[in-house]
Order: sequence, then C-alpha cells, then structure tokens
Amino acid sequence: MTFEDIRAAAINEWDSLEKSDQVRIYLGSATCGRAAGAKTISDELEEELQKRNISAVITQVGCIGSCYLEPLVDITKPGKPRISYGNMTPKKMVELVDDYIVNDNPRPDLALGSIGEGSVEGITDFFQTPMLKSQVRIILRNCGFIDPEKINHYIARGGYSGLVRTLTMTPDQVIEELKKSGLRGRGGAGFPTGQKWEFCQRAPGNEKYIICNADEGDPGAFMNRSLLEGDPHSVLEGMVIGSHAIGASQGYIYCRAEYPLAIERLKIATDQMRKYGFLGKNIMGTGHNFEIVIKEGAGAFVCGEETALMASIEGKRGMPRPRPPFPAIAGLWGKPTNINNVETWAAAAVIMQRGWEWYSQFGTEKSKGTKTFALVGKIERTGLIEVPLGMTLRSIIYDIGGGVLDGKEFKAAQTGGPSGGCLPQSNLDSPVDYESLAAAGSIMGSGGMIVMDENTCPVDIARYFISFTQGESCGKCVPCRLGTRQMQKILQRICNGNGEQGDIEKLQKIGETVKTGSLCGLGQTAPNPVLTTIRYFRDDYEAHIHDKKCPSLTCKDLIRFYILPDKCQACLICLRNCPAEAILGGKRMIHVIDQDKCTKCGTCFDVCPKKFDAVVRVTGEKLDVPDEPVPMLAGKA
Amino acid sequence: MKEKITEIFTKFTDERDNLIPLLQKIQEELGYLPEESLKEVAKFLHIPESEVFGVGTFYSQFKLKPGGKKTVVVCRGTACHVKGGARIQKDIEKMLGVAPGETTPDMEYTLETVACIGACALAPNVVVDKEIFGQVNARKIKEMFAPAETGTTQD
Ligand SMILES: Cc1cc2nc3c(=O)[nH]c(=O)nc-3n(C[C@H](O)[C@H](O)[C@H](O)COP(=O)(O)O)c2cc1C
Ligand code: FES
Repeated sequence: MTFEDIRAAAINEWDSLEKSDQVRIYLGSATCGRAAGAKTISDELEEELQKRNISAVITQVGCIGSCYLEPLVDITKPGKPRISYGNMTPKKMVELVDDYIVNDNPRPDLALGSIGEGSVEGITDFFQTPMLKSQVRIILRNCGFIDPEKINHYIARGGYSGLVRTLTMTPDQVIEELKKSGLRGRGGAGFPTGQKWEFCQRAPGNEKYIICNADEGDPGAFMNRSLLEGDPHSVLEGMVIGSHAIGASQGYIYCRAEYPLAIERLKIATDQMRKYGFLGKNIMGTGHNFEIVIKEGAGAFVCGEETALMASIEGKRGMPRPRPPFPAIAGLWGKPTNINNVETWAAAAVIMQRGWEWYSQFGTEKSKGTKTFALVGKIERTGLIEVPLGMTLRSIIYDIGGGVLDGKEFKAAQTGGPSGGCLPQSNLDSPVDYESLAAAGSIMGSGGMIVMDENTCPVDIARYFISFTQGESCGKCVPCRLGTRQMQKILQRICNGNGEQGDIEKLQKIGETVKTGSLCGLGQTAPNPVLTTIRYFRDDYEAHIHDKKCPSLTCKDLIRFYILPDKCQACLICLRNCPAEAILGGKRMIHVIDQDKCTKCGTCFDVCPKKFDAVVRVTGEKLDVPDEPVPMLAGKA
Repeated sequence: MKEKITEIFTKFTDERDNLIPLLQKIQEELGYLPEESLKEVAKFLHIPESEVFGVGTFYSQFKLKPGGKKTVVVCRGTACHVKGGARIQKDIEKMLGVAPGETTPDMEYTLETVACIGACALAPNVVVDKEIFGQVNARKIKEMFAPAETGTTQD
C-alpha cells in the first residue's frame, strides 16, 4: 500500500464517522476524565442506550484540556454540530439520553458549547468560550477529537504527511527546516532543536540513538501525559522524522511509570505504525530502519535529567554524569544520542507537515511557536492549554484561566517546577517566553503553571520545593545532597515559627553554593524556588521570622482557629466534622475550639455554613473567646 | 516464588538493560522484591548482587518489603500541595494509623506518596489501587477509609 492509499482509506474512515447517520458520542477518557468519574458515566450511558435500544457510535477521545469540566461528554446528532457537556453525572447522562438523543432538545442549560459547522440555538461555539478563545492549538489540535487508539484518525487529519515529506528530503534539509522554524526544546532549557539534531547527526559513529523524554517529573505538570494519551502518533511521527534526520536506527521512549494509560496507548500506536510500515525495517520503502522501545521509569525525578535518564535505560542507578562529553557525542551506551521532550518531538512533526514558515508565524522573535501549559492550583478554570509564546501572564491567568479561584487575590504563578520560580503580581504583564521568564528568575520549564492566591504562603512553597529536591537528590554532589538538607531545615524552622535573625542570608548563601557546586540541573536549579521567593516575598519571610506571623494564614504553627461566639449558631456541623474532635459544644451551646487538641486542619473553617461565617483564622494574635461552651443568647435562631 | 521468578526469566534475555524491567515484572507478580529474588536476578544477569540492590533501593517504585492488600497513594505534587494535599495526607495517616511507606498491622492498607500522578487539574488527588479519586476533601477521605464511623451531616 502506498501512503496515498493509506490516507485515502483513513479519510474515508474518518468521514464515515463524521457524516454517519447515527448518533455519535465522544467520551473523554484521559486520566483526568477517569479521575473525575468518566467510567461511571460511560457505564450509565451504555446501560441507558441499551434500555432504549438506541445504537450509537461511541468514541473514546483524549482530553480537550478543560479538565475542570471533567467528566466531559460530546454528542453529535446527524446533521448537527457536536455539542459538549461538562461536569457530567450519571443523572445528567440519563437526562441527555432522554432529552437530546431520544427527543430533540439539546439542553442548552447543560451544554458548554458546540463544535464544528452549524449552530444550535442557545448554545455558543465552544471555541469562542473564554477558556478556548485565545488559545492556539497546534500541538493539542487532535486531543479530544480523535480516538488516540486509531491511527487512521490521526492520518485523516494530516498525520504522517510530515514523515512522508521528510523521507523525500536529505537529513541536512530536514535539519535546516527545523532550524528555520525556530523551534526550541520544550523540556526545560529551551535549546534550539535543529542545532541539537545537527550536533548528533555530525557526530562520528554509525550507531546512533534518539530518546523521547516522557519522564515529566515536574510535580504539578501533565502536558506530556495528556499529549501521549490524547494523540500519541504526533509524538511518534516526530521521532521517526528525527531518526531520518539524525541517522538513528533505534529510539527509546522513557515514560514515567505513573502514566500507565500513556504507556498503553504508546504500545498500541507503535504496533499500528509497524503494520503500516512507518516503523521497523525499510520504512515506507526508503531503506531507512528504525525501531522504538518503550521504557518505563521507576520513580526518580532526577531521571528526567538526560544523563541520568540514559543511565536508567542502561539499567543502572539514575545518577547524572558530567558533561562534556555531551550526549550528542557520547550518550546511551557511549554512542551519539539525541534526546528531546515529548512536546518537542510533536512540534517537529507538525513543522514537517506544515513547513517552517507556517510554524514560525507564531510566537516571538526568539521564542517561536506555541507552548502547552498545565494551568493548575488556585485558578477557576484548571486544565491543559496551548498558547503562542509571548502571551502575557495576565492573559493566561485571567482570560484563559478565568482568574484566581473564588475571586481571591493573585499572589504568584510558579513555573518551571522545582527548578523554577514564582512570578509575582508585578510580572503579570510580562510576556511568557524563554527570555522573560529567565529574567524574572524563573524558567519556562516543561510547562507547569501553578497559580497561588493570598492564602498560599511563599515560604511554605519554598519549603515544599526544597523538601522535594532534597528527597530526589541522587546524592552524588555534596552541595546538592547536604545543602538542600540544610536549606530545608532552615525553612522548616521558619515555617514553625522558630526562624532566627540571619536565616534569610543563610538561605541565600547556601543556595548560591548549591547552584555553583552541583553537577546537574537538579542541584543547579534546586535553590531557585527559595531564591525567587526571597526576592519577591521577603516581607513574608520577615513576618515569619520576626513577628511569628504567616500573612497567608497557611503555616500551621503560626495560625489559630476560633469560633466567634456572636456568630456561632450552634449548628453542630463543625463539631461533627472535626477530625481531631477538638470542638466542644452542643445544641444551643456556642461551640468552642480546644486549642490544645486543634490540629489546624481547617475543616471547621471550610464546613461552617457561609451564611454564618463563624470560624476565623488568625495569625500572631489570640482572640478573647470563651474556653467552654456557653448557652446561646435567647432570641437567636 | 522460585518457580514464578524462573518463569519470569524465560521472558527476558540476560542483557544488563533488562535489570529494571525485570525488577518491575517481579514486583508486579509478587507485590514486592524479596531479597531472594534480587539474588536470583543478579545470577541471571551475571552482575554483582550489590548492583541489583543498588538499583532496587535507588528507585522509589521498588519495594523490598511486602505491602498491604490495598495501596493508598497520596499525591504530594505542587498542585495538590497548594490545594491542601498535605492536610489530606495527615488525615489519611491518622485514619489508617500509619506513615507513608508503612502498612497497617492487619495488612489491609499500605500508604505511599507520589510526586505527581498527572491529574493536577483535579487536585488534590488520592489513588487507591490504581483508581484515581480527584478533588478529595476531609469528608471524602473519611467516607473512603472509615465508612462505619461516618456520621457527618454536612452536604
Ligand atoms: C532534574 C532534571 C529533571 C528533568 N526532567 C525533565 C523531564 O521530566 N522531561 C523533560 O523533557 N526534560 C527534563 N529535563 C531536561 C532534560 O535534561 C533535557 O534537557 C530535555 O529532555 C531535552 O529536551 P528538549 O531539548 O526537547 O527540551 C530535566 C532536567 C533536570 C536537570
Ligand atoms: S500535583 Fe497532584 S496530580 Fe499533579
């Protein structure tokens, strides 16, 4: 079969799905959908359809990125656009089957938006809704649309045409195209991809390897997972393209073990590629041989670092080694090796499909193209987004993300994970690109963006990250192994209210030592979250150390919870919910928190009905409230 | 146990880079890595036992002690932390009476933590035997682990 035959058959398959005269139902089946309960929805759906004897085409799709709306279900009736429904419950599912599938009421009250041609009264175009409107979805173009387990869906939407084009070009031409596109590595450091490929291609040696870094160790990030789950072929196409350009006959995907679904989808996808002759011996009759092996990580953050990752593939402890020699000269088993992030490979594929001119129209002068971000934390609309590089932080957080959760005050956005830093309010109008983030003391990283509000304590965040890197340090370099430990100790005591004069300076000094005295990126960047929070939120540090106050009301040892006697309605809710059984009270008896028993978990604060608002959280002060339950004043509710 | 390991060996070649996949497979079958199995692996791959131990102790995935019937994994990732993951962890620790890495005396639950499971948008997350529970809170945790004791009225 030629590629033209394959493509014709794929388009045929896709069209017959798109134009089917049956009802089509798309179920979000990525990890976030599953976490939100997609399975119960799909069970319910199948049962309901069966009961009513309705036949429908059900397609499992990846994630469209609006994770806060999961579980998501889309329904297309013949001749109508696709309509998305979010936050599905079994009850809503039954209603939709009755109202929309059986009858013809699309339930605009439940709909999020419509997708595709045509419109439905009362329902807006999903892509014109605030979260999606200003996104530019290139890498994520297929996520949520195609069945990731069907290679034909990918091909029908232009997939593998980049590979076909690549195979007609010389390796030099491919590298030139990548260079012109301006693509930079999406795994963290932002090294120009074309140049990286060139180093490896020029390196002496017949045996070369390429690696896809799918370790995604940055806690709070899931861009790579979503892409692998939602559109695995886009990454795999990029790898085959790279193998031709670099002259590699063997590729590895190093995927974190916490991503079982991504691994499963990669296995299915590579089997399909072999059947079509996109992988294996004599790829598409060109004589090029290339194989891919999927390696499962074993839970070590440092294995995201390239030399540690290679040691891990070789079956060793994942400890980084000095560079040079760089992997391009001596990598896996001492052979020239090129390693790129998941998203970088996917970008390479789309560049070869659509050309460098097209790709480079997006982004800024030095940061071309788009970048995916995992927008999470204290934000209204959490999810996976893709924007042109250079968009301001404000647009991302307010336009796309809908602003800070519950209308609270924005405190900072953390990018770059444990290697990155916190961007304060004053950075809201800076563009998000490699240079601007570096200037602000953070890094682009792989795309985790965690929003923090007035109740997120920067000192606690610094302590959190240092504890993380301390635990993940491989132990090879003393400054990293012991320096992070000392920093953790100091930060811990500051959070506990035992901070001392001079602690801030000590943190800075140790931080600089760890940065300069470590071999790999883990140690070199580990102090960043501490140093940037000191830079932007020094007041918070000072308040902890000198006033024993946590202005964000987060650090347990520095806060207290009280029940205000004049507001308490003796409703017993907090009393029953307190896991520490620290609340005293009774019917018509004003409740009181036993401060000795209180674990500061905040449950009472959360469960106290909004209309009463009787629980308060304070720092650095003691409120004068009764220590025993007292009868409510007569006349009260 | 020995037969199981021998059986697993039939699926692998004795190349060094099979060490981690081998250990993963053994752990999948046996639930943990008994000391004996590590010695067998060393023999099979013709490498020193110390190297197998070195790898077995380096990666957080590997367990050298048997775990409980169910494994509870609390996410300690940044998104989960910001959304109160530490408190969730404390609640579960209290409920089960064990610290991360430990197993309840009745061998029912093993408690673990993980750096991130990639469902950050639904933080905070807890995984029980591979099933992910998103947006958990104190009440949900109580229901999950102490169904008999819940007397909450909050809705
Ligand atoms: C401690 C540490 C962890 C890293 N983790 C990852 C990771 O999870 N994924 C990734 O793609 N790159 C990670 N990197 C960066 C890689 O070493 C490497 O630069 C990257 O995979 C190169 O790909 P790129 O050029 O496509 O960005 C990490 C680096 C360090 C120092
Ligand atoms: S931070 Fe908890 S799932 Fe990612």
